[in-house]
Amino acid sequence: MAFHLTQGTFSYLPPFSDDEIKSQINYALSNNWPISLEFTDDPHPRNTYWTMWGLPMFDLKDPAAILYEVNECRKAYPNHYIRLNAYDQRRGKQTIALSFIVQRPASDPGFGLLRQEGADRRIHYTLHSYATDKPEGERFAD
Amino acid sequence: MSANDSHNKDRWASGVTPYKEMGYWRPDYEPAETDVICVFRVVPQEGVDPEEAAAAVAGESSTATWTVVWTDRLTDLENYQAKAFRVDQVPGTDQYFAYIAYSIDLFEEGSIANLSSSIIGNVFGFKALKSLRLEDMRIPLHYVKTFQGPAHGIVVEREYLDKYGRPLLGATMKPKLGLSARNYGRVVYEGLRGGLDFTKDDENIGSQPFMRWRDRYLYVMEGVNHAAADTGEIKGHYLNVTGATMEDMYERAEFAKELGSIVIMVDLTVGYTAIQSMAKWARKNGLILHLHRAGHSTYTRQKTHGVSFRVISKWMRLIGVDHIHAGTVVGKLEGDPDMIHGYYKTLRDSTVEINPTEGLFFRQEWGSMPGVMPVASGGIHAGQMHLLLHHFGDDVILQFGGGTIGHPMGIAAGATANRTALEAMVQARNDGKDLLIDGPDVLQQAAKWSPALQAALDVWKDVTFNYQSTDTPDAIPTPSR
Repeated sequence: MAFHLTQGTFSYLPPFSDDEIKSQINYALSNNWPISLEFTDDPHPRNTYWTMWGLPMFDLKDPAAILYEVNECRKAYPNHYIRLNAYDQRRGKQTIALSFIVQRPASDPGFGLLRQEGADRRIHYTLHSYATDKPEGERFAD
Repeated sequence: MSANDSHNKDRWASGVTPYKEMGYWRPDYEPAETDVICVFRVVPQEGVDPEEAAAAVAGESSTATWTVVWTDRLTDLENYQAKAFRVDQVPGTDQYFAYIAYSIDLFEEGSIANLSSSIIGNVFGFKALKSLRLEDMRIPLHYVKTFQGPAHGIVVEREYLDKYGRPLLGATMKPKLGLSARNYGRVVYEGLRGGLDFTKDDENIGSQPFMRWRDRYLYVMEGVNHAAADTGEIKGHYLNVTGATMEDMYERAEFAKELGSIVIMVDLTVGYTAIQSMAKWARKNGLILHLHRAGHSTYTRQKTHGVSFRVISKWMRLIGVDHIHAGTVVGKLEGDPDMIHGYYKTLRDSTVEINPTEGLFFRQEWGSMPGVMPVASGGIHAGQMHLLLHHFGDDVILQFGGGTIGHPMGIAAGATANRTALEAMVQARNDGKDLLIDGPDVLQQAAKWSPALQAALDVWKDVTFNYQSTDTPDAIPTPSR
């Protein structure tokens, strides 16, 4: 079975159409959650800081304009993962409220599990993304 | 009126004086902002005046003993006396809600052991009462601030897990008892690779002959890491560190940390102090702390005697756990829906307002103390996903044990069915659908392209647990403070 990265809020659903993405943008805006876009070709789950597509769109309230940015980002990075984040800045939250993948590379070789055998049966585990064996920018290009 | 110049001129005469006349009944008292305020459900013995019963509870849970002692006069007694200031009959019953205020000076800073020894230490066996229940407790922010609180809290946990915008998913490993460590790790691996965020030891998993703890930890971590590699997602298993002594628990927790586990768990049965020690350990070492409320129903379930789970929820938030089981509404275990909403608010919100129908007697201010992630576990399945999301929102862990492992296509398929149902329901809610109306249809639509979900819906479609709850709210007027 081909590898499928399951990070993000909606990774077990079929890919969203632009209309479905717009509907989630609407939901975020109705909660006053500003939206940001990020992309990467290093999908390691501890890679916290994906590259930002500009600044968070604090003042953009038009779902069509935000969807336009999604598509611009897709055009610029067609072989990267792209995620859309909605941010809740209220006191007691100040964190991401929704985050889902809006683009995937055509294929991702997935992760290897490196096992370093230690004493008394302990194993030290490391996740290794096969894609990151190549330099940044060349990882998912076919 | 102060106790020391009581209108009762025989206040200090040797012998037995009614509590009411010793300063423990103070209907004129205005609780201070810094007071701890409790509301008890009191059933006095036949012929006992309810105000005297309330005063007795105040006395026995603070300074009083059964007879007058002259040494009270060496203290600023009025400060240390608890004050019963209000008694309301519960309509149509022999029960009364008694409101009692306690000075913050009565309690050691940051100690649930001390707070609970004071307030529920002696008085529950008092002969003049048929029964007694601690219903709710207003903990002043001044006292809240003396506690560490959750080792991480909901926000930090989500950022650590990199999981946002939906409830988390878990499953308790089944069968609860008897699996060998190697077989147990298989169930962990299958559940996590299928789409769960967490798997869980059950409360009664310690270090039994069929599976010693160290073997379990090793195989579980193989399953956890393998599943993370299969999915590219952070995964965890609550390794139960509950043991006979603190030394055992620390040893197990340290080993879990060395193996790279992100979470450990402890049972309520280990006691308040031991849980609080583990909460400090968990913050220091960066592991999430899951609490299983094993044993709580022995004192939380019956309406007229014991301690309400809402009080236990407050204590556990102060003690500093990150997760706590708090009811499912729709599952197999006791729980009135309104009461459970009250528990969830108590665990998660920064300010909890008075709400009699949810059993919330007081406004509770938590300040900046993080929220605890409630866990809904026990007899729930994918077909109830719309109800679970409707009742609980996003900040909850939904745990389907049998509802994952009992799936006809296998454990991983059971996990995938639950994750698919969950994400489809979150999408539908965000799209503006009414879950109570459209929920079943959303599940059916998703099942069209998810054979795992279709199989789950077919197997469990008619499973419900409709029994009357024993612990229900009595919505009667409550004070505004």
